[in-house]
Amino acid sequence: MTLHPTQSSPVGERPVTAPPSKSPPVTRRIRRRVRGVDPIPWWLKLFVALVAVYLILPTVFVIPMSFGSTRSFAFPPKNLTFDLYRNFFSDERWLTSLQNSVVVGLLAALIATVVGTAAAVGLHHLRGKPAQIIRALLMVPLVAPAIVIAVAVYISFLKWHLVGTLQGYVLAHAAIAVPFVLVAVTSSLSNFDSNLLRASASLGASPSRTFRRVTMPLIGKGILSGAVFAFVTSFDEVVIALFLRDPTFQTMPVQMYNSVTYEIDPTMAAASSLVVVVVTVVCLGLQLLGSRTKKR
Amino acid sequence: MPTTHATTPAAKAAAGAVSTRSGTQIRLTDVSKDFGLPEPAVDNISLTIEPGEFMTLLGPSGSGKTTTLNLIAGFETLTTGSILFNGGDVSSLPPHKRNLGMLFQNYALFPHLTVAQNVAYPLRERKLPKAEIAEKVGQVLELVQLTGRDSHYPSQLSGGQQQRVALARAIVFDPNALLLDEPLGALDRNLRGTLQQEIQRIHRELGSTFVFVTHDQEEAMHLSDRIALFNKGRLEQVGTPEALYAAPETLFTARFLGDSNVFDIADSGGATSGSAVAWEDRTLSVEAGTVSPRVAAGASAALVVRPEDVRIATTPDAVPAGANHVSATVRQLDYLGSYRTAVLALGGGGTVGRARLAPQEDDLRVGQAVTAWWHVGRQCVVAV
Repeated sequence: MTLHPTQSSPVGERPVTAPPSKSPPVTRRIRRRVRGVDPIPWWLKLFVALVAVYLILPTVFVIPMSFGSTRSFAFPPKNLTFDLYRNFFSDERWLTSLQNSVVVGLLAALIATVVGTAAAVGLHHLRGKPAQIIRALLMVPLVAPAIVIAVAVYISFLKWHLVGTLQGYVLAHAAIAVPFVLVAVTSSLSNFDSNLLRASASLGASPSRTFRRVTMPLIGKGILSGAVFAFVTSFDEVVIALFLRDPTFQTMPVQMYNSVTYEIDPTMAAASSLVVVVVTVVCLGLQLLGSRTKKR
Repeated sequence: MPTTHATTPAAKAAAGAVSTRSGTQIRLTDVSKDFGLPEPAVDNISLTIEPGEFMTLLGPSGSGKTTTLNLIAGFETLTTGSILFNGGDVSSLPPHKRNLGMLFQNYALFPHLTVAQNVAYPLRERKLPKAEIAEKVGQVLELVQLTGRDSHYPSQLSGGQQQRVALARAIVFDPNALLLDEPLGALDRNLRGTLQQEIQRIHRELGSTFVFVTHDQEEAMHLSDRIALFNKGRLEQVGTPEALYAAPETLFTARFLGDSNVFDIADSGGATSGSAVAWEDRTLSVEAGTVSPRVAAGASAALVVRPEDVRIATTPDAVPAGANHVSATVRQLDYLGSYRTAVLALGGGGTVGRARLAPQEDDLRVGQAVTAWWHVGRQCVVAV
């Protein structure tokens, strides 16, 4: 790879050790490393790898287990079967709870996305002290202990007869999902040029038209990732769900909890694997989508 | 060029083709904007921008020029006063109903739309048929010399090209007027010159009203039919570039547009009566026509002379009879390519002045004692 004279940065002038034009990947790696503040030492890389394994391993553990037999949890499974998956898809309770979780998750994500986006856009224009205070208040569900929220929700929902109802689950999950949308949309607004709104107004677009034609397309990625986070938050929420559960209405995490604590049912491994795969695919898909649109 | 204050700005506007052109008249009456700060941002301004006129709002930063433009655009609400377009009150109209094109310093192009989509934006808002939109977009891109880039995104264009797209987008829908908020501030010097010509050409071709905000006095002089000079939220002076340069009414105007030699005058009594004023131990004669109407009799004032009007005499007898003259010492000689200037210490009190040297004044030395003189008709007495 030949260096152009215009690249007269210190990096460009440094002699490249690899033979030029022969192995471009090596050259590129060297150049990127000198550009960084410090080279990354081997022990730091090892540490990063250990942390990654520590974080991912428990999740991965469950997948081989889900291919085990129907009698007990075992790792490694003695013989590989699809029995647990067969159980899962033939059991009414599992299927109903899955459906409940998906419905609650979608509705909660919808509400959280609308509220969170509106809040983010509003606070972006408000700025100053009041905006900071409102933003902090909206973030409370993120930092408050789940059990505190769950108890508070349970007591008030008892009074309003919302315990064990779809509406109850949706409202509670929407509330705890709002901060995720707020954060995602706020960060996508951070490099949003507010002169665009003025330009749009001067060109004859009303504020609502401007939101549709300018703001939405430009912060769409943030809204989408906020919505996905909101869905995932609701989909795997268990503390509030345990308080709100009712024999007639249970979400999947609650059913998983029941199956482990009361029944010691290994089908739970298949359910867990499904959740892991679905959540991973959704989140990875979002990442890929993000990097694709960025290229333009 | 006579420098009498009798040449009013209105006279020039009426004499030119300006007032006969199409376009919208913008009238600001007693307009104020108070943001709750100690000083109002815009303080009781009245200004009429004639149809088809190129009006520049000029002033230092914080002088209220941009706030005034935002009031016209509707981005800020009036504290007091009213704004009329062709006689119709638009004071309470939101920006998207005012039908004004606007150019911003940072272009403000929609990054997710192509050049053609950006330009079509106002037309789609107005629900024009597709074929008509395509036709108008093509025409206006031709006008700003950007044909063939319809499907580019703004990030693929240079700064100058982006501002051309913004210009096309701002004029394609036949706006009442075009508001330009320092549109050339982000461009380098050469490009700025090209785009200035472009803006002038388009102003001529469209004949619509242009309101241009800048802090660059050269740009203002170059482009404007008239200049409204702002200072601390008030209108300092409104007039043609020639009027503001040759007949400033205040010291602020004299200093903001071009260089000036300033002689402080403690008592302007002699000026308002049209005879003479005292400066240091000297008497400088004054013609009645060169005294600003804003100089109050007896108050302090300033006598200003432009550097190009100051001549240098090496001996006092070389000064023509009747001309004003003061003793001076050459402090510094500057070579500026097409001409040279001398920095002078005027009189005995350390007043610093500047003279643009004529070719025959080439033999000056630094430190030389000389006499600076000028014709009485070339000076102005202004309010301070």
